[in-house]
Amino acid sequence: MSVLAPARAGAPAPVPEARRRGRRPSTMGGTLAVHGLLLLFALLAIAPVLLIVLNSFKTTPAIFADPFGLPDRETFSVAGYERVFERGNFAANYRNSLVVTVGTTALTLVLSTLAAFALVEYKVRLAPVLAAFFTIGIMLPIRLGTVPILKLVVSWRLMDTLTALVLVYTAMSVPLAVALMMTYFRAVPTDLKDAGRIDGAGELRTLRLTLPLVRPGLAAVASVTMLPVWNDLWFPLILAPSPEHQTVTLGVQQFVGQFLNDYPALLAALTLGAVPLIVLFTVFSRQFIQGLSQGIGR
Amino acid sequence: MRSRYRHLLAFTLPALAVYTVFAAYPLASSIYLSFFDSDTGVSRWVGFDNYVYLFTNPTTSERFWNALVNNVEFFAIHLLVEVPVGLLLAALLTSGRLRRSAAVYRTLLFIPTTLSVVVVGFIWRLIINPLWGLVEHPLLGDERTALPTISLMSVWQYVGIPMIFLYTALLAIPGPVLEAARIDGANGWTTFWRVKFPLIAPQFGLIAILTYIWTFNGFDIVFALNGSAPGPNYSTDILGTLFYRTFFGSSGQVSDLDLGATVASVIFFLILVTTAGYFVLLHRRLKSYEL
Repeated sequence: MSVLAPARAGAPAPVPEARRRGRRPSTMGGTLAVHGLLLLFALLAIAPVLLIVLNSFKTTPAIFADPFGLPDRETFSVAGYERVFERGNFAANYRNSLVVTVGTTALTLVLSTLAAFALVEYKVRLAPVLAAFFTIGIMLPIRLGTVPILKLVVSWRLMDTLTALVLVYTAMSVPLAVALMMTYFRAVPTDLKDAGRIDGAGELRTLRLTLPLVRPGLAAVASVTMLPVWNDLWFPLILAPSPEHQTVTLGVQQFVGQFLNDYPALLAALTLGAVPLIVLFTVFSRQFIQGLSQGIGR
Repeated sequence: MRSRYRHLLAFTLPALAVYTVFAAYPLASSIYLSFFDSDTGVSRWVGFDNYVYLFTNPTTSERFWNALVNNVEFFAIHLLVEVPVGLLLAALLTSGRLRRSAAVYRTLLFIPTTLSVVVVGFIWRLIINPLWGLVEHPLLGDERTALPTISLMSVWQYVGIPMIFLYTALLAIPGPVLEAARIDGANGWTTFWRVKFPLIAPQFGLIAILTYIWTFNGFDIVFALNGSAPGPNYSTDILGTLFYRTFFGSSGQVSDLDLGATVASVIFFLILVTTAGYFVLLHRRLKSYEL
């Protein structure tokens, strides 16, 4: 048995251990120690983030006078946010990031579902070869192909377009997505597919029949695809650097360089750059964790 | 039989096309490009000249070896701090002393991983800024402390990854195994080191190799903090920033596509050889320890 059996692919998220295995006779002190340590690390993880968010709602003097204090009636200010929207083109950056991230995720979902279904379903000698070809992509960072990618994008007249980013990010996301979807498709019972075929469904219809069963896989793929795409700095810097095609991450990076003295605006920009993904992650953390550990962890 | 081939190709073709054109071909082409010289406008086959130049020309080789050594240090710090802390957190989360709260802790601990490095870099630069008075010493301005400081920022961000890998591996240990240990009178500590730890051991090899790939492809955190000329005095220059600088140029350095492709190829080979070595030598042996 492998450490993470693929058979669990379609199963719901792991049940917390305590409930699954019955309680062990544990001492109160031990439990407190575990909570204490975890609280400490959790604080270490989120306190810096909270510090940024907190101070983004303060006036400049308050940021420096009392960096750890909560904003009160005197020190509360949203001027930073106002200035971010006045000076930067934040709304445009957001739209670009959204287009690129949603576009990449949608394309990755469609392409990897088709490919993974076929690689699991049609057991011919070519299938494992293709699967291996995709798997190599999980290991090798696409960034190292930047020189040829740039030449390609220029010759196809895609330079400084969001399309170029979507295509490159899809190529980057597909290997892991295919591997992940394959583990979910392996768990789909053959009977279901055969029943469909007997009723006269074509191959594409048969694939559609299985979709409800691999829905957790789709959610996992979506959540592991989005994160690196939204946060990437390298390709926006190289392929779409102009102000009208900038993504949030690149926009924030340039904002940091430009307005080093306007702390409220800076902190507001950083907060705005981080919040959507934190919210998304908090909602989809289970799928994300499943995707991550099943895609690479096996 | 034939229809199965046709279906396989039809279904995989779209993914294959995008992946080949924008990932596989560029990677292969990058290596190909590193054997050419196009400085004069015409592309000319020069064999290994670019590699020889990179390794031996006094100006480029000094930068290259410096970046390589820094990259090894960047990797080592990740391995030595991130993995043990990740293990501790995973062990705490699965200690059997938590109920619902495990999911809450897990999510909180993973939040830094969801941030962009731009945000992470700035947060930590602000916190260790002498202006805010948390640290008196300019950690990023000192050649000796700059790289460890940046590495630890990155560890802070990505500790959630080994944590999740080890956490899911620990959860996958069959209940009866632990039951048996408990009946035999093993306490939590003994159970962890004698039963759970050996069972999750193969995960460490995988985490190490992923960390290696990831750190040798590193760029963002250094670039976000220091730009393409990673100071002070190149003490935080790693292969990724060297690649960016060679390829794009920066103040005092002209852009050189062939040499950029050469640096990329060297990184590529470093990753490829190590990964292949890992899978051939270590992974198989580790597999035998699984249940």
